[in-house]
Amino acid sequence: MSRHKLVKALDLDEELDDFDGGADSDYGEEVGAEDKEHLRLGTAKVRDVLGPEVSITDREIEDSLWHYYYDVDKTTPKKARKQKVNSDVNKSDDFFRDSPWLNIPEDRRGEILIEPLYPRGRLMGGSSKSDGAPKSKLAALAAARKKKENQRAEDGQNATNSVALLDKLSGKPRQGKPDCASDISSPKPLIAITEQTMNEQPRKYPRRKSKGLKSPQDDQPAKEAFKKSDSLASPDVDKQPEITPAADPSVFAQTIFAAPAVSQQHDLQTSDRYVLGPDTYAEFDFAGPSPDDVVTKAQNTKRPTQKPVKQPPQPSSGDESVNAIFQGVGVVAIEEPKVKGKNLDVMAEFERSKPKNAANFVVIGHVDAGKSTLMGRLLYDLKVVDQRTLDKYRKEAERIGKASFALAWVLDQGTEERSRGVTIDIAMNKFETESTSFTILDAPGHRDFIPNMIAGASQADFAVLVIDASTGNFESGLKGQTKEHALLVRSMGVQRIVIAVNKLDTIQWSQDRFDEISQQVSAFLTTAGFLAKNLALVPCAGLTGDNIVRKAEDPQASWYTGAPLISLLESSEPVTRALEKPLRMTVDDIFRGGVQNPLSISGRLDAGNVQIGDTVVIMPASQTASIKGLEVDSEPSDWAVAGQNVILHLADIEAKYLKSGDVVCPPAVPIQCVTSFTVKILAFEHITPMHCEVHKGRLHAPGRVTKLVAQLDKASGAAVKGKKPRLIKPGSVARVHVEVDDPIPLEQGGRVILRAGGETIGAGLVE
Amino acid sequence: MRLVKQAIERDGSGTITLFPEDPEDMWFTYNLIRPSDLLRASALRRITTESATGSTSSTRVHINLLIRVEKLDFDTQSSQLHVSGRIIEETKYTKVGQWHTLDLELNRNFTLEKKDGWDSVARNLVKEACDPAKQADVWAVIMQEGLAHLAVLTGQRTVLRQKVETTVPKKRGTGKQGDHDKALEKFFQTTLDTLLRHIDLSANLPILLASPGFVAQAFLKFILETATRTGNKSLMGQKGNFVVVHAASGYLHSLNEVLQSPEVLARLKDTKYARETKLMDTFMNLLYKDDGRAAYGPREVEQAVEKGAVGRGGGILLICDSLFRAQDVGTRRRWVGLVDRVRETEGGEVRVLSGTHESGKQLEGLGGIAAMLTFPLEYLDGEDEVEDEIALSNGNTAGEKT
Repeated sequence: MSRHKLVKALDLDEELDDFDGGADSDYGEEVGAEDKEHLRLGTAKVRDVLGPEVSITDREIEDSLWHYYYDVDKTTPKKARKQKVNSDVNKSDDFFRDSPWLNIPEDRRGEILIEPLYPRGRLMGGSSKSDGAPKSKLAALAAARKKKENQRAEDGQNATNSVALLDKLSGKPRQGKPDCASDISSPKPLIAITEQTMNEQPRKYPRRKSKGLKSPQDDQPAKEAFKKSDSLASPDVDKQPEITPAADPSVFAQTIFAAPAVSQQHDLQTSDRYVLGPDTYAEFDFAGPSPDDVVTKAQNTKRPTQKPVKQPPQPSSGDESVNAIFQGVGVVAIEEPKVKGKNLDVMAEFERSKPKNAANFVVIGHVDAGKSTLMGRLLYDLKVVDQRTLDKYRKEAERIGKASFALAWVLDQGTEERSRGVTIDIAMNKFETESTSFTILDAPGHRDFIPNMIAGASQADFAVLVIDASTGNFESGLKGQTKEHALLVRSMGVQRIVIAVNKLDTIQWSQDRFDEISQQVSAFLTTAGFLAKNLALVPCAGLTGDNIVRKAEDPQASWYTGAPLISLLESSEPVTRALEKPLRMTVDDIFRGGVQNPLSISGRLDAGNVQIGDTVVIMPASQTASIKGLEVDSEPSDWAVAGQNVILHLADIEAKYLKSGDVVCPPAVPIQCVTSFTVKILAFEHITPMHCEVHKGRLHAPGRVTKLVAQLDKASGAAVKGKKPRLIKPGSVARVHVEVDDPIPLEQGGRVILRAGGETIGAGLVE
Repeated sequence: MRLVKQAIERDGSGTITLFPEDPEDMWFTYNLIRPSDLLRASALRRITTESATGSTSSTRVHINLLIRVEKLDFDTQSSQLHVSGRIIEETKYTKVGQWHTLDLELNRNFTLEKKDGWDSVARNLVKEACDPAKQADVWAVIMQEGLAHLAVLTGQRTVLRQKVETTVPKKRGTGKQGDHDKALEKFFQTTLDTLLRHIDLSANLPILLASPGFVAQAFLKFILETATRTGNKSLMGQKGNFVVVHAASGYLHSLNEVLQSPEVLARLKDTKYARETKLMDTFMNLLYKDDGRAAYGPREVEQAVEKGAVGRGGGILLICDSLFRAQDVGTRRRWVGLVDRVRETEGGEVRVLSGTHESGKQLEGLGGIAAMLTFPLEYLDGEDEVEDEIALSNGNTAGEKT
């Protein structure tokens, strides 16, 4: 074997660089003054030849000159080539892209092996003809890649970059081949080193010459060499960020972190993919969630009730997997329902939320008893309404000559209500005390608006009966709506009633009057079916605020030692709700909930629970809708349970299918709609077969009493034997048959009110 | 309606020729004609002739047909009456036994012969129909927020012309009042448009606006504002015709209350519907007194009549005209017999109420017949009616829940 071959096989670059690092000072001492002069001149010449665009340090040039014994001609191509080598080796970065860190497939090892040898051979041999020589597949590949790279790269690779790359290269042997480094640590001319190395590796020289890269006998050393480079690559990874901190993550890093599992599956096709790779590969920059995370998230957000979305097959390589995942995400997004629910266990959520006691109370009483004013005062004293707002109301009220209505305006927001000074529709307001959160349902007292009052009372847990204590007004009220309202709320299931004897300031807080009223009202309410223990009386004055939130300051009122109104309200016991029953909600109002929610309904959940994403059926239209938003007491929420006042923002339904009084129910257990039903009724007025309106909450429908089935015994509820009743007298209990023109949603046990000619004729339970 | 010719024998047989003049007369005619009566009227019949070669040609001919009535069909909205039956008189174009449906037309004579003769009810009906004193129609708009019923009241009938229903959001918190007001205005606009589509303003008829609360007032204000804004003079001219009345609800049966209101009575005192409404009201009040002087339901009233309680000195029999329209001849005869007995034997008063008016509907709810008695009768409606339901419902002892 020729010694030249040995020399050629030697990784001279590495040796040189190691030498630079290790024994700079020694080397410097060896150089004589004459040599220095030669070197300086030679360097200048080489610079001239290479031109300014080639970025090489003087030191390197001097080294080469030293090596070639000041032969400028020989040095120049070497330097130029070295630059080339730089870019070629640089390509090896790309080459490692998507290749596994360990367990490299056989075929790839073989191919990779060659590269470090190739440029070195050229360097050593100084053969400028290598360009024209037949190229191996890999070489061709490298050339092609280099060409591409050059096209992409900015014109005139900047110097720092190349130096950095050079350093990178030089770094490898320094750490990876300590033996070599120590071998050449002694200050010798480079040629000596070369000779030494030649001796060590005599067999590698001829291979370089032939360029038959894949001859069978080459396999063994080639693999060994590759293994070496393999182990060398590791420090490179560590080192790289230091060298080019601002650069993109290295291909190695990308390969390692992007898809380690995927790379295990490399097969013969990888090399082809590798060729195509850089152009088609969509780089993943780790900024967002990983593709796997995206898929997992999409899977998790799916509702279990849905048909499982077909999982995109686990891709075998990067580009495919990314595309497939994006497609998969797309598929998932399409199949998702319009309204995504969280599929909560509402009951569990409710238990967890540990809600405050919540109570709705309806404020009832004869017209002008001062219901709205009393409630306005309550809200004002509890600081729910601020001074500024009230001042504004006061000013506006004065302008239209109704100064005393300012407090009522807190609740009477309607234009008509304000101009006429009468409540027309139920006003809902919320306030909280330490123990309970209350919802006020301020009912209209005027007899024409009793349907509205019924709607409010149907949502109430207890009632506040406001009585005008002033002379004459109490008496007229007791005959009028005081009586009717009290009977109505009782027949709608309200057990507890707080009686606020109002306007006591106008009669100088007369205790006699209060006692008289208390007696009459208590007697009446007891006969109406309220238990005495569920009655509480308080003398108060809504306009001045005495005995509402604070105790009365008027000395004339000192005889009253009881608690103010607010304490009586707070003593209400929490009401148990039918949380587990199927959802029932009577639609109170249909309105535009805003730009986002063109169709919203409000009401109180009578039973069951509801959450965002639920599909519900609106009866009697039998139209389904999905709930895209939900508000509990005007606060956005994900769920709601029975007893809460909610606003549902609906999707997938048209407004024409909705009427106030409709019932929202789950599709599985819709409420039945009936056109005729039997009702056990307490008569308020005479009942004969007659026309009437059937009221149930907001629902009202024209109908007829078609048949008086039986008179019932008031105490036992048993039918009175004998002939069919021809007339039901006020105060008696009877079973009657009612027909309505259009089907109405009604369940057994539902409480209905029958009205005719502006009067309540009866109230009862559906049987 | 004009009575053209009357040829009734003592036994009630015979014919009457009538000349209907306005749509209302069709309603009378509908109540007059019963199945199996003989009706002669002009008809337009399509005649198909087949020539010797087999080709057919059809022509329309005006002929006078005599049919035996089998079925009547009255279209309330357009007031058209269609009477179908079999031809019983051969003509040039028709054979006996062929079917024909006569469309009775205004201003064309028809002749009617009763199969069972002209009973008192039928003769009274003719008399009433031919009463020249015309009763003006009245329009009524019964409304509440978001709901309006447009009806026209004629002497004989209440016809619901249109129902308007829109969604009006309720009042909400501060600043959202606009939705309610806007929706209310839209509701008014829709109602007014509908009203103007149905009403003939040139007829100068009274228009009742009835509602609970202030809706009707607000609607009138809206009408006048709209008329001013759009310069609608004919609508402006109706200003005096509008009457705002209180009603308990926006449903049609609130008309009862409307017709009893002083404002309406002042204008329409002598109309048939006002009288009927008043009568029903009186009866109901009597019933509520529960002193045994009011009876309702067929059996009860018949018993009362038998006992002579519906006689001279205040006995009034109220009967709904729908009872006389019974398909079954026997049933009709029963009611006619009762009416005749009260009127002739007992000396009581008989009032036939139109079943299409609200008062008549109220009466229909009571079984179509009621009576105000001259003396109290207890325990009418004998023991023959066994009430099974009572026995069944005994098990329900849930206590007083209401």
